[in-house]
Amino acid sequence: MNNITPYVGKGAMAVRLVHRIKAMNWGRMAVILTPTLWLAVFFFIPFLVVFKISLAESAIAVPPYSPLFEWNPEEAYATLKITFGNYLFLFESRFYLDAYLSSIRIAAISTFITLVIAFPIAYLIAKSSRTRRTLLLSLVILPFWTSFLLRVYAWMGLLKKNGVVNEFLMGLGITDHPLIMLQTDFAVYVGIVYTYLPFMILPLYTTLEKMDLALLEAAKDLGAKPYQAFFLVTLPLAIPGIVAGCLLVFIPAVGEFVIPALLGGSDTLMIGRVLWDEFFLNRDWPMASAVATVMLIVLVGPIMFIRSRNKQEDAP
Amino acid sequence: MKMKRKLLSLMCTVLVSGSVAAEDKVLNIYNWSDYIAPDSVANFEKETGIKVNYDVYDSNEVLEAKLMAGGSGYDLVMPSNSFFERQVQAGIYQEIDKTKLSNIGNLDAQLAGQLARHDTGNKHNIPYAWGTVGIGYNVDMVKARLGDVEIDSLDMLLKPDVAAKLADCGIAVLDSPAEIMATVNNYMGQDPNSEKLDVLKASADLMAKVRPSYKYFHSSQYISDLANGEICVALGYNGDILQAQDRAAEAGQGVNVGYVIPKEGALVWFDVMAIPKDAPHPEAALKYIDYILRGDVAADLSNYVFYAVPNTAAEPMLDAEVSENKGIYPTQAVKDKLFIQVAHTKKFDRSLTRAWSNIKTGR
Repeated sequence: MNNITPYVGKGAMAVRLVHRIKAMNWGRMAVILTPTLWLAVFFFIPFLVVFKISLAESAIAVPPYSPLFEWNPEEAYATLKITFGNYLFLFESRFYLDAYLSSIRIAAISTFITLVIAFPIAYLIAKSSRTRRTLLLSLVILPFWTSFLLRVYAWMGLLKKNGVVNEFLMGLGITDHPLIMLQTDFAVYVGIVYTYLPFMILPLYTTLEKMDLALLEAAKDLGAKPYQAFFLVTLPLAIPGIVAGCLLVFIPAVGEFVIPALLGGSDTLMIGRVLWDEFFLNRDWPMASAVATVMLIVLVGPIMFIRSRNKQEDAP
Repeated sequence: MKMKRKLLSLMCTVLVSGSVAAEDKVLNIYNWSDYIAPDSVANFEKETGIKVNYDVYDSNEVLEAKLMAGGSGYDLVMPSNSFFERQVQAGIYQEIDKTKLSNIGNLDAQLAGQLARHDTGNKHNIPYAWGTVGIGYNVDMVKARLGDVEIDSLDMLLKPDVAAKLADCGIAVLDSPAEIMATVNNYMGQDPNSEKLDVLKASADLMAKVRPSYKYFHSSQYISDLANGEICVALGYNGDILQAQDRAAEAGQGVNVGYVIPKEGALVWFDVMAIPKDAPHPEAALKYIDYILRGDVAADLSNYVFYAVPNTAAEPMLDAEVSENKGIYPTQAVKDKLFIQVAHTKKFDRSLTRAWSNIKTGR
């Protein structure tokens, strides 16, 4: 009998496994598989291609870089040529480092400004009546109906020397000479904050909307002043929305190319423009790929860190 | 080199209808934006029965990125000379069978001959149009700041104390390292195409000194800014500046734009017609080249885009406004001082781009 039990146990386990596979919900599998496939096809494989090019040398040829792997069929030997020269060149001068740092700085400052502007808007929308809410939300999304490029061009018209803003300020007598706003870092901040504002408002709104208003009443009953209730109750509860909104703004802002190119001055140093120069002006695809790879590492590192910390906090 | 609106072309990635119809009744052209007389393509279609798919780009860089990736599907492209040189080296063009071009005799032999520096024997190109990189300026704003001096020198842009006087009304410079540094080298009395690092450094140092007086570096923005009075001096392409002049006159806001080829000498560029090796309809491309070489078509082109055409048969058909404009068709004395820019080595290009980035960002 003793000998049989484990045998039966094993059989039972196998049977259970078969049952489990049979019982496995194919719908659920598809749900998990779809984003994985999506990630593989639209992120991971393109990234591998970029990474591969970053290990090549640029050449005057089609395509404009050396092959990584070459097979000589006559003498039956293969050569694998990898160069890290592009990565070394990145660290040879402060130029690229400065470009990364400056992009991160500009993105961080604009993310903060976006948050400060978006929070009261999201709060008001969440607090308003159901019918008003729909209207206000659609107003937030409305700008997406026109081309992003057109909206940036519109800002050029507003901010330029003979532009609407300057005419207005001079008309009111606030300033007697036109302010130089276009082609400055100021214009870049305006552009980024304006463009990404909806991406901050929407996640903030969803968290604030779920907030139980009774908690605020409780805080009031326990003697908290309104600002105390805000900092002790509302803000901590909104943290998931703040994190999501900040990531949605910060990540694309770091790599932003169009806004600094159109609104920024020639001295606005951002990595997106450096990439453009390497790829198009310099025609150095491997170097451009190396810049892009490092940018991804710079971005993905901190995000993974934040995510893992969030998970730890969520865990009981 | 017209209207390098990099962004637009980047955003609206133009898709060529890569129709692989084997018969030569289709022609895929990829040309600069605004670079043909309005009815020329329609007339060609009517005369030959060939359907033309006409796509446009606004920077050499975008064109080159597409060609170098391979399989673009285009039959005819119009790169500028120094870009073309590198593309020929990469072996992406096929030889043009000149015996099939009945109008080849119209070509200005002296001008076309210069292109042999890029393409030995001129086997792969037929020049399309040419122009200069010179000074566009707002006549009144500059006069108010510099007084009644003759505007004919690069001192305006490259002499620190003169440039400083113009800083407040705005100076713009092409964002094109090779062309601008060649112009600066020439101003400093050096070989424009020098690859010596000390020459590059001396020119970069000069640029760093005048950089605080510059408003921005951009390759198309200056057209509208010059026309609106947003800026008062631009170092740019002659056709673009003449276009700004035209727009300013139309707007009637009292902005008066002038163009001058600097007395120190200026860079001359050519856009050429070339057929990629993998062109699906090379015969149709040859027909189109022959059509462009016709005197009346070339004259229409020049009259419309304000660039010079290297075509002797076109000369009698040019509008007086165009043919007498010394900014478009300079005198022989000025022509003698023009220089072309040849493609740099890969190694020098890297140093050049680095130096340029430092100049632009003012570091």
